[in-house]
Amino acid sequence: MVETRIQTPSARSIQLDVPGWPGNIAGQHLDVRLTAEDGYTAVRSYSIASVGDGERIELAVDRLPTGEVSPYLVEELRAGDQLEVRGPLGTYFVWHPTDTAPVQLIAGGSGIVPLMAMIRSHETSGSTVPFHLLYSVRSPRDVFFADELRALAESPHLRVTYVYTRQAPPDWPIAPARITTAAIAADAFSREENPVAFVCGPTGFVETVADIMVGLRIFAPLTIKTERFGGK
Amino acid sequence: MAVISRGFFGRKREENPELPPGQYLTEDFPVLSAGPTPVVDLADWTFSIQTESGEVHAWNWEQLNALPQEDIHTDIHCVTRWSKLGTTWSGVSLDTLFAGVDTTNAYVMVHSYGGYTTNMPLADLMDGKAWIATSFEGEPLDPEHGGPARLLVPHLYFWKSAKWVHGLRMVATDDPGFWEQNGYHIYGDPWLEQRYW
Amino acid sequence: MSARVDGNALAGILSEYFRLDTTSAIVQCSGCGTRAALARELVYPDPMGFVVRCERCEDVLMIVVDAPGGAWLDLRGVDGVQFRG
Repeated sequence: MVETRIQTPSARSIQLDVPGWPGNIAGQHLDVRLTAEDGYTAVRSYSIASVGDGERIELAVDRLPTGEVSPYLVEELRAGDQLEVRGPLGTYFVWHPTDTAPVQLIAGGSGIVPLMAMIRSHETSGSTVPFHLLYSVRSPRDVFFADELRALAESPHLRVTYVYTRQAPPDWPIAPARITTAAIAADAFSREENPVAFVCGPTGFVETVADIMVGLRIFAPLTIKTERFGGK
Repeated sequence: MAVISRGFFGRKREENPELPPGQYLTEDFPVLSAGPTPVVDLADWTFSIQTESGEVHAWNWEQLNALPQEDIHTDIHCVTRWSKLGTTWSGVSLDTLFAGVDTTNAYVMVHSYGGYTTNMPLADLMDGKAWIATSFEGEPLDPEHGGPARLLVPHLYFWKSAKWVHGLRMVATDDPGFWEQNGYHIYGDPWLEQRYW
Repeated sequence: MSARVDGNALAGILSEYFRLDTTSAIVQCSGCGTRAALARELVYPDPMGFVVRCERCEDVLMIVVDAPGGAWLDLRGVDGVQFRG
């Protein structure tokens, strides 16, 4: 482990040097295995925020209050510590720079992480495919990668829209509320553009959003790819 | 070769003679779930015992609750390494339910609403060792913990205490149930650490 | 309690035993005949093992147990698997 950076009050990003890492596609994840001195082990999956070749990778981890692994990664892990990782994993929830369909990204909380890898891949590859990100967060201070997203949103090919569920910025025109059909419809492409979608977040969020999206009839059901990370 | 994670202790272990080997103490009640929680209307709920002759002994919710109820104070041990000491349940003893059942088969396949199964010798259900439990800590058993009724066989690992229990079938051989078919021990004694085959 | 997740969560354990990524493979449910990528199926991450259920009918498709001697893979509800190269 090389470096960590605070992302939100409960989350931080973690830079890892992984000798032999073969590179990864945007959207892939890895498994982290922790082993206690008495042999007890715990394995959890984390999405990779970084993309491409190179042995330096970035994760971003939100601390779950009753978690076993995430509190360790967020609070205990120090530079120089070793972690056991397995990956890159998954070939389904991924975006390739050669893909040509417009992309709707919808993130709930730390579900931004694999979508950030897609946004970074889109930027570094020079892709001009239109990307829309709809990002649901509790409050402005819960935004991961806030500065980077602000800078990337200058691109004509990326639009970033926030949904605040608990507390909105002072001048925000919409009262804080859970993500709605209207919010998704307002951000979506038209059906004629044949868009694809990636939705990532807590299970309840993902299932709610996926149901709304199927109902909108903008996306063919099989083009809505989801990744649920659980939660209570 | 495993890398020891500096500062990672996982769950707190302690030496405690009440804990079977390899277990840690928990105060909460972790929920394990292999599927959606079945919704069982008490008006439709039944529990049955089917013997090798095809005879079926069945109880509906009122009939089960009209039987003598026992309070059970026991420890429970989950194969995923948590144990919970001093829990209190109430329900009907399997001795009561088997009183009028005529069988020579020595094994039982337990069936649950939702399709779960688990197996055990009949002897492990007899002589005050097992119950159909309908309350936990004085409250009706929560659906996520197996309500309206679960089997309680606390001397075996807790996966044997089938949630949402629906019935027992008497069988001649100790055929494996849902988890037992997938590497978990056919019997599951926590004191002998019978976790896997 | 840990809520259900989806087949993306199986990529790690199955990568120990399959050279191809399995989460893009199409599996056919023997209960209702639905075909879907494994990544789309519903996964209950029971600490005893992953229980994979059909996204459509919720019947059990497969069970994956990470036992100390090697993983158990029970394909009880799967009629077939199509790997996509």
